[in-house]
Amino acid sequence: MTETDLVIIGAGPAGMAAALAARARGVGRILVLERNGFYGGILNQCIHNGFGLHYFGEELTGPEYAERFSTELASAAVDVHLDTMVLSVSPDRQVEYIGPKTGYQVVSAKAVILATGCRERTRGQISIPGTRPAGVLTAGAAQRYVNLDGYQIGRRIIVLGSGDIGLIMARRLTLEGAEVVAVVELMPYSSGLTRNIRQCLDDFDIPLLLSHTITEIRGKHRVEQVTVAAVDADRKPLPGSETRFDVDTVLLSVGLIPENELAKGAGIELDPVTGGPIVSDRMETSVPGIFACGNAVQVHDLVDYVSAEGRRAGDHAADLLLNEPAAKEDLISLTATGDITYVVPQQIRQSSLSAGIDIFLRVKRPLPGGGVITVCADGTPILRFRRKHLNPGEMERLTLPHQVMSQQTAASFSISVEAP
Amino acid sequence: MVDFAVIGAGIVGSAIAWELSKYEADVVVLEKENDIALGATRANSGIIHAGYDPEPGTLAARYNVPGARMIPEIAADLDVHFRQTGSLVLAFSDRETQGLHALLARGQKNGVPGLQILSAEATRALEPRLSERVTASLYAPTAGIVNPWELALAFMETAIKNGVRLLLDAAVTGIGKEEDHYRLRTADGREVSTRFVINAAGAYADEVSALAAGKLFSITPTKGEYFLFDKSAGETVDRVIFCVPDELGKGVIIAPTVHGNLIVGPDAEPVADKDDTATDGARLAYVRSRALQVIPSLPFNDNIRNFAGLRAAADTDDFVIGFQAPGFFNVAGIKSPGLTAAPAIADDIPRRFAAAGYPLNRKAYWQGKRRIVRIRELPAEEKAAAIRANPAYGHIICRCETISEGEILDACRRGMKPVSLDGIKRRTGAGMGRCQGGFCGAGIVAILAGETGIDPLRICQDKAGSRLFAGRTKSAGGTDD
Ligand SMILES: Cc1cc2nc3c(=O)[nH]c(=O)nc-3n(C[C@H](O)[C@H](O)[C@H](O)COP(=O)(O)OP(=O)(O)OC[C@H]3O[C@@H](n4cnc5c(N)ncnc54)[C@H](O)[C@@H]3O)c2cc1C
Ligand SMILES: Cc1cc2nc3c(=O)[nH]c(=O)nc-3n(C[C@H](O)[C@H](O)[C@H](O)COP(=O)(O)OP(=O)(O)OC[C@H]3O[C@@H](n4cnc5c(N)ncnc54)[C@H](O)[C@@H]3O)c2cc1C
Repeated sequence: MTETDLVIIGAGPAGMAAALAARARGVGRILVLERNGFYGGILNQCIHNGFGLHYFGEELTGPEYAERFSTELASAAVDVHLDTMVLSVSPDRQVEYIGPKTGYQVVSAKAVILATGCRERTRGQISIPGTRPAGVLTAGAAQRYVNLDGYQIGRRIIVLGSGDIGLIMARRLTLEGAEVVAVVELMPYSSGLTRNIRQCLDDFDIPLLLSHTITEIRGKHRVEQVTVAAVDADRKPLPGSETRFDVDTVLLSVGLIPENELAKGAGIELDPVTGGPIVSDRMETSVPGIFACGNAVQVHDLVDYVSAEGRRAGDHAADLLLNEPAAKEDLISLTATGDITYVVPQQIRQSSLSAGIDIFLRVKRPLPGGGVITVCADGTPILRFRRKHLNPGEMERLTLPHQVMSQQTAASFSISVEAP
Repeated sequence: MVDFAVIGAGIVGSAIAWELSKYEADVVVLEKENDIALGATRANSGIIHAGYDPEPGTLAARYNVPGARMIPEIAADLDVHFRQTGSLVLAFSDRETQGLHALLARGQKNGVPGLQILSAEATRALEPRLSERVTASLYAPTAGIVNPWELALAFMETAIKNGVRLLLDAAVTGIGKEEDHYRLRTADGREVSTRFVINAAGAYADEVSALAAGKLFSITPTKGEYFLFDKSAGETVDRVIFCVPDELGKGVIIAPTVHGNLIVGPDAEPVADKDDTATDGARLAYVRSRALQVIPSLPFNDNIRNFAGLRAAADTDDFVIGFQAPGFFNVAGIKSPGLTAAPAIADDIPRRFAAAGYPLNRKAYWQGKRRIVRIRELPAEEKAAAIRANPAYGHIICRCETISEGEILDACRRGMKPVSLDGIKRRTGAGMGRCQGGFCGAGIVAILAGETGIDPLRICQDKAGSRLFAGRTKSAGGTDD
């Protein structure tokens, strides 16, 4: 078995940023393993604009954004194996992988960073009854077929779920000459970014049917018809409200889940809400020496934050490898309550309080009038953040300032939101 | 002129083709779809039944126990996933416990080995997730699980290796009787002359039989709907779990699959259309509620797929096996436990023909062993060696199930050329996992196109007509129409 200092799994924006950060800090032997034949992960199929506004101060396409990092990575002293799939990571950081060039290998690493991204929920996970014809696919799969392989996936299309990929594909397919008859959303609000609703649906007169769902898919060989019904407050279809649409394609944009198989195999504790590992503010997981970042931790809507998270993971892995191991210290929990769906990190190191802490959260329901987010220490409010509008589709980032945090001696923090 | 024409390539037709390939005979199999095992054989519970279910004296009883006995060895020879898990039939009341004793007696009559009634405690010691309401169970150690289409494919590939010819897209629509042979016509105008016909056309066997004679029996399909759970739920139970039939019906099965998933279903609903495999919300809700009575903690969030299968029972209420005319042999109405019984039925065929005055001679040389490379199942050193010998085994195409390009290429080169994504899925497992082909579809299309020479735009999801694509995108040189 070979040995190395740091193995990074995934060369998407999270993994690339982690590798560059660790290298810049002076970590010696870094190995990046990526199962695709290219760098950049999901970015390669996102040929639309809208990447990098925060990070580079300009609007790039996905591939352009990826290239800024991959060019740098290619010239850095980092080993990258493409077409190489990691099969497992053990709790003591033995990484098992295979590839046509590398063959079957096991490498023992002093630290590991999981940057494996996310995957899409499928039809089975939402159990739509009916026949099982061709023409039912996830929006991300459609995006790959259309943008990477040049296939038209259908002519008359209905989209279930108003996640960002579904919205972006509604526009993309319209531009390809297909007719998108509607985007159907179960909830009374969209889970996509407001800018995507405007630019992808409104600008193309594609109707968004809120509080509706697809109750049946029909078609012998290829999709022929779907039934759409309105739903009540409990999200149950309302009998009598059915409408039928003749379409040949159903795109599903019903949610993304962190790719967490490797984490599970390593015995890492997962957050049941995010679906990703529970992490500290240093992106440490519950297993010593294993870090995680990017969509593997929580599904991000902005790549800029993914890169920042990747860098943070790389920095802290470097700390672990290059410095005296940090003294054992207690982790302070940070818990989402009330209308907050989740918060990341879920844990804060005592010693991090002096530096100030970036946190990410999502709300459970839209607060159109905005809201006040309150951070409590052992139940006592210590910080308030006012936001003009809050939406489940838009991740919020807060910085807990070091001036306040360094004063804290609490055993736990919690976070909540109220309408003003 | 051939000796045998087998109509239909489900588990029954495939097992018969495999059996006949051991003999000196010219055998052709005609299958109406673009691949084999697309009827009942691809949508069932995948259980090797121990044999206490069928009424003693029926054909179903006669072939069930021997079938269950043959399967372990066949699975080993043909490199097919099989696990002898044992099964439990659960009772939830004293009356149902009596029902278990009736099953026990029936099973003993049918010659099922090792049956045993277990107490509630013993049952829950074996399967701790079962409801606390369980009062007793019937344990059958010889029950098991198999991947039904994998078994059919293995039979057919081995038959082809030993000289059997398979015609796909060959729906038999006409049968003419000549002096000493039959003339079969297919929908696309092909003709096959054959001394003997074996009708193994599943749900359509009544219609095929009627092409040669008047209607002797008729088949009404009964639909059964299922949930298939992700591997994360695969260890919910170790054994196949049945329930004693109650006033609501047979109760659902909860079973592990050989691939480590969990299968839950089926219900039973008579339907008119022999191709109606649609699932229905209310029916699935029923399956779900019945299953939750058995295992209250079943994680329905982990469902990755729903599907339905059609049981093809004949109105004779038993398997229909035998000559309907000289040289024309029916193997019809093969309802459950048909998957289990298939090898035993096939094994009997040469004897039946000999008894009718058509003896067959064994071949001197017959290749009965099949070996498949499955990277994810190999121990570390063998993985390394396999990839060294063929780097395509190191190129993973399906990430959820860890299936390599090499395995997909092998599947295209074992005598039958798959023409659809689902054809690859059935042969290799690629696309069966959590993402249901979302990631690997494009890669598989490229490999299939390369291997078969089919234009990628014509590659199907499944049966003929299930086109994946409507054309090329504008940027890839397509036009608006
Ligand atoms: C369709 C879509 C549209 C988006 N649009 C925008 C937008 O307009 N603007 C914006 O700012 N953000 C957008 N985002 C968000 C942002 O781009 C993504 O969240 C970000 O790219 C995620 O980066 P990542 O590195 O965490 O994951 P990924 O990019 O998914 O990278 C993960 C990598 O890990 C590899 N990997 C996984 N498992 C293994 C394994 N076992 N072995 C080896 N390699 C493995 C994968 O192959 C992949 O390359 C979009 C996201 C999606 C999904
Ligand atoms: C819901 C369900 C659950 C079951 N569970 C179990 C179980 O757990 N264990 C068990 O042992 N059994 C089980 N069974 C029974 C088992 O699945 C069947 O007995 C078995 O699959 C029947 O195989 P077959 O080859 O007769 O039919 P099929 O698999 O239907 O094959 C018939 C073939 O004939 C072809 N065909 C039809 N007409 C023509 C024509 N005119 N020309 C050419 N080809 C034609 C069809 O395309 C098809 O491929 C179950 C069945 C169902 C439906």
